[in-house]
Amino acid sequence: MIFKGRIWKFGDNIDTDAIIPARYLNTSDPAELAKHCMEDADPAFMSKMKPGDIIVGGENFGCGSSREHAPIAIKAAGISCVVAKSFARIFYRNSFNMGLPIFESGELADAIAEGDEIEIDSATGVITLSGSGRTFNISPIPPFMEKLIADGGLMKHIARK
Amino acid sequence: MGYTITEKILMAHTDLKDIAPGQLINAKVDIALGNDITAPIAIREFRAAGGKEVFDREKIALVLDHFTPNKDISSAQQCKAVREFAVEHGVVHFYEGGQVGVEHALLPEKGIVLPGDLVIGADSHTCTYGAVGAFATGVGSTDLAAAMLEGELWFKVPASIKFIIYGRLAKWVSGKDLILHIIGRIGVDGALYQAMEFTGETISTLPMADRLSMANMAIEAGAKNGIFPPDAITEEYVRPRAKRPWKFYFSDPDAVYADVIEIDASKLEPQVAFPHLPSNVRGISDAGEVKIDQSLIGSCTNGRIEDLRVAAGILKNRKAAPHVRLIVVPATPLIYRQALQEGLLNIFMEAQAVISPPSCGACLGGHLGILAEGERAVATTNRNFVGRMGHPKSEVYLASPAVAAASAVLGRLASPDEL
Ligand code: SF4
Repeated sequence: MIFKGRIWKFGDNIDTDAIIPARYLNTSDPAELAKHCMEDADPAFMSKMKPGDIIVGGENFGCGSSREHAPIAIKAAGISCVVAKSFARIFYRNSFNMGLPIFESGELADAIAEGDEIEIDSATGVITLSGSGRTFNISPIPPFMEKLIADGGLMKHIARK
Repeated sequence: MGYTITEKILMAHTDLKDIAPGQLINAKVDIALGNDITAPIAIREFRAAGGKEVFDREKIALVLDHFTPNKDISSAQQCKAVREFAVEHGVVHFYEGGQVGVEHALLPEKGIVLPGDLVIGADSHTCTYGAVGAFATGVGSTDLAAAMLEGELWFKVPASIKFIIYGRLAKWVSGKDLILHIIGRIGVDGALYQAMEFTGETISTLPMADRLSMANMAIEAGAKNGIFPPDAITEEYVRPRAKRPWKFYFSDPDAVYADVIEIDASKLEPQVAFPHLPSNVRGISDAGEVKIDQSLIGSCTNGRIEDLRVAAGILKNRKAAPHVRLIVVPATPLIYRQALQEGLLNIFMEAQAVISPPSCGACLGGHLGILAEGERAVATTNRNFVGRMGHPKSEVYLASPAVAAASAVLGRLASPDEL
C-alpha cells in the first residue's frame, strides 16, 4: 500500500493519556474519541490535521495504558498511518489487531520537520521525503503481522480460519 | 540450553518442544480479564466476529472498577453492556457494586490468578500477577475478544532481563521504592518487549504486597511482563486462596538473559517520580520544596491492607495539612473491611481523609479526586503522565504510601523521617 500525506511530528514517549485522555473513556464510540485525538499532546491537533495525514513519533510511541481507544481515536481521526522510532508493545499489538498501519523507522523522525510530506510504500519498505527525494527504510514487518493486516485485523483473521 | 521462567510458562501453554525469544507463538490462556473501559470494545468485536459462546465461562474475569460507582450516563451504559454480556454467558468471575475491587488487587486476593498461569488482561497493569509466579501481560480489547472466543492468543516470546537485588531495605523503603528506582535507572522503555525477572536476596524475603506493587509497574519500563520466582512466601499467599491446582516454574541455571542488572538495595532511600514520567525518579532527600494539594493513597499499586497499615501508622494522631485533600482508597471490599476492623479507617478519618469506595476513579483522572489546573498530587499510583489525574496542567508525583502519608501531613513532598 502507498501512504502519502503531511506529517505531524511528536517527541519520545507519547503515552496513551496524551493520545486519548482517560477522561474521555466513558465511551468507545470512534467518532467521539476522534474529537479528542492527541489532545493532551497538542490541544489544537484536531483543528489542524486533515484526513490522510501521518503521525511521526520518536521512541516508545503509545506507551502507558492498554486502551485500544488510542489507535481507534487515531484511525477515526483520519490519520492514515503512524511512523515511530519504536512503539510500546501493547500499542503495537493493538494497531495490528485492529488494522491501523504502523511502521518503525529509526531515522525518519530526526530527518524531517513538521509540515513535511512523505510517501510510504509498504510493499518495498521505503519512505520518500517529498521535495528532497531522500529515502528511509522501514523495519520489516513479521509475516504473521502482514497476514493480520491483509486479513483486516485479528478478529477477521480468526473468522477466516 | 536452559529456559527462563517466562519461557517455561509460555511453552507449557503450547504444544511446542522448544521456544526462543522473538518467536511468535499461539498459547492457551488460563484467565482473560476485562474492565468497564476495555470490555465494551471486546464485546463489540466478539459479537462482530459472530461469537456465540465464550470458550470457558470460568476463565474470564470482568471487573467494573474504572468509572464506578457509575460516574455518568455514558459510564453506566458501558457497565450495563458488560453486565448483560456477563449474564448472557454465565461469566463466573464478574464483579460490580459492593463486590468490586480494583482488578489487579482483586484477582490475586480471590485466588483467581495462580502460579504458572498464563493470564492476559485488557489492562496494561495485568503484569501485576507476575508477583505470584504467573506469566501475565496487558493486551488490547481485540485481544481480549479473541481470547474469550478461542481461549488462545498470539504472543511474541520476550527475552528476559534478570535483576539481582541484594542488601537490606532501610526503614520506610518498600517494593514501590525499589521499582521506582529500577524504572529511573533503565527508563520507560528500558525493558521494551522484554520480561523483567526479579531475583536476589532482597526479593527472597520481600512480602507479597511489595512483590505485587513491583510487578505492577513492569509495564512502566515498557516490559511485557514482570515475574518473581515462586517460593515459600508465594505458597503461603496462594494456598488459602486457590480453588484449583497451580504449578511453580523456575528459571534454569543456564537460562539465557538479554541483560543482568545488579542492584544494591541497602543504599536506597524513599523514591519519588516527578512529573511527567515514571522514570523521572529522585531520592526523597533531593525532592526540594514541592507543595502539594492532594495525597492519594490507593490503586492497584499500593491500595492493599499492608499499604494502608503503613499509612495509618504515620497518620495516627496527626492531620492532613490545611488545604491538602487526603484521599484513601482501599483497593477491594475485603481490604476495606479489614481496615475498618483494624481501626485504620478511624485513623484516616481523624486525619481528615476522604475514604473512597474501591475504584480506579482518581488514579486515572476519571472521577472521585480530579486535579484542577496547576494543582499537584502525591500519589501511590503508577503513572504520572500529562493529564493523568485531571487537568493537563496538573502534576502527579509517584511515591510509596509512607511518603504519601508524610507528605499529606506536612503539605509538601516529605519523608516520614521528617515528622
Ligand atoms: S488503579 Fe489505576 S492503574 Fe490500577 S487498574 Fe485502576 S486505573 Fe489502572
